[in-house]
Amino acid sequence: MEQRALICIGCPMGCRLEVTIENSQVVDVTGQSCKIGNTYAVKECTNPTRILTTTVEVENGYPEVASVKTERDIPKGKLLECVKELKKIKLTAPVHIGDIVLEDIANTGVRVVVTTNCDLVDK
Amino acid sequence: MQEFDLVIIGGGPAGLAAAVAAKEQGIENLLILERENKLGGILNQCIHNGFGLQVFKEELTGPEYADRFINLVKEKKIRYKTNTMVIDLSKDKLITAVSKTDGILTIQAKAIILAMGCRERPRGALNIPGARCAGIFTAGTAQKFVNIEGMMPGKNLVILGSGDIGLIMARRMTLEGAHVNAVVELMPYSAGLTRNIVQCLDDYEIPLKLSHTVTNIVGKDRLEGVYIAPVDENRKPILAEEEYIPCDTLLLSVGLLPENELSKKASVKLSPITGGAEVDEGRETNVDGIFACGNVLHVHDLVDNVTEESYIAGKAAVKYLKGLRIQSDRIEVKAKDGARYVVPKYINPRNIEKSLDLSFRVKDIYKDHYLSVYFDDSRAIHHKRKIMAPGEMQTVKITSEMLNAHSLCSEISIVIEKE
Ligand SMILES: Cc1cc2nc3c(=O)[nH]c(=O)nc-3n(C[C@H](O)[C@H](O)[C@H](O)COP(=O)(O)OP(=O)(O)OC[C@H]3O[C@@H](n4cnc5c(N)ncnc54)[C@H](O)[C@@H]3O)c2cc1C
Ligand code: SF4
Repeated sequence: MEQRALICIGCPMGCRLEVTIENSQVVDVTGQSCKIGNTYAVKECTNPTRILTTTVEVENGYPEVASVKTERDIPKGKLLECVKELKKIKLTAPVHIGDIVLEDIANTGVRVVVTTNCDLVDK
Repeated sequence: MQEFDLVIIGGGPAGLAAAVAAKEQGIENLLILERENKLGGILNQCIHNGFGLQVFKEELTGPEYADRFINLVKEKKIRYKTNTMVIDLSKDKLITAVSKTDGILTIQAKAIILAMGCRERPRGALNIPGARCAGIFTAGTAQKFVNIEGMMPGKNLVILGSGDIGLIMARRMTLEGAHVNAVVELMPYSAGLTRNIVQCLDDYEIPLKLSHTVTNIVGKDRLEGVYIAPVDENRKPILAEEEYIPCDTLLLSVGLLPENELSKKASVKLSPITGGAEVDEGRETNVDGIFACGNVLHVHDLVDNVTEESYIAGKAAVKYLKGLRIQSDRIEVKAKDGARYVVPKYINPRNIEKSLDLSFRVKDIYKDHYLSVYFDDSRAIHHKRKIMAPGEMQTVKITSEMLNAHSLCSEISIVIEKE
């Protein structure tokens, strides 16, 4: 049996949750003031996910880096691996919102797309 | 000299939404002035997601949110000038601006909307003792370096202040390979959203040191480290417990201040609490025909609220231009016991069609307290709220029925009550 302390992000109350985990299953949650706290605790302890936002280098562009995001949330444990993979990529200006940077990042099955417009600049 | 019906100063989300609203209400002769080379304001550097849940019902990043409004401005053929900085403004609505291509411009406007946003409190506003060395930045400046210029301001950091920008930058710098030693917060609670504490600090095991402050800065040319110490209940550092953290960069995230130098030149009256203009329900200032919205008026947490407020200002400016605004018989709105400020400060009941939202902030964290609205001594609203925190702007709706029922009232007040 394992205990984990979490803060619920469901609303500004920020309830402090105590979660009991047995065989990778959530068996008890205390400290929540409403049901959202339960759902959050189960998700965070069994399959925590996040949207990743970062930047990718752009040749001859302004901004000099393009902001990007994963189209869906990805497993939290893969965030740093994804950033590393994106560091190897160099786009060429111009790039546009919605351009696809990668079809499947770090075997998550999730696409990475551009979230800003970078114009071509003469240097 | 050029002439316009409406000039909007600032092309961030506030200016863009105000312009779109004014155009939709039938004003053709309007112009947006923006000092940067691109519209969108500060959102262009806020590459994280979480914007637009209220306005677009989807989660967008900052640049994507800005782009939606930039596209609307272009579709509606609203005129704008970038690389144009307004340097002077008179109360007669005469604007002086400088631009790279046109030199000095003078523009006479019939109405003006101020949408210049806010800036970050610099170190000078804080009085931290110690060396004046390189390596100290505001969190927003660092955000611009990393997200726009693609440059890292440092590798080993301490962040002072737990405002949202500081929290977001703690995660951002970590993802870029830097080490964040700690986020140091003077107050016993964070100024940022819980979601950011969890997803920007806890996810990366970055310690949040509440009731702590930076007591000294060490370094010759470049920062070498900072001393931090816990503070007592009077926020005085307990120097016996001082601790040294070696670092090459200190980021400051210690609050935002509305950017009102221009407003002062036009004799716009500012609130000592918000640092923004004192406005009525249409966001019109004390100066006839000059309106304000967005962070220049009061600092917002969510850009969605900025957009809503700016629609109100845009529509009211059009009514003003058409001679349809009523200026008489205004009622003052006051923030009392527990409430720090409220916007708007004045209401002309005859300008209210159905209802009006009052935005306010509380002074402390209140759990299970009542939010009450009084018309003179009569309590018209008494709502229990699970939590009200200084970091989250609150709103309460008052209706035209309430205003009609208290038509002779001389003051409306917002009060936080235990029962
Ligand atoms: C560094 C920083 C980071 C932030 N991060 C977040 C965040 O992550 N999430 C969030 O919801 N909110 C964030 N905010 C708050 C954010 O500012 C607002 O949500 C929103 O962008 C405010 O819109 P605005 O149009 O009022 O101001 P801004 O976006 O600041 O736009 C003001 C515009 O006016 C222009 N301007 C100013 N003075 C002049 C002049 N004299 N002449 C011509 N143009 C002028 C500026 O260049 C700018 O483009 C942040 C604020 C700052 C300062
Ligand atoms: S448990 Fe419910 S009340 Fe508590 S923070 Fe989560 S959503 Fe809010």
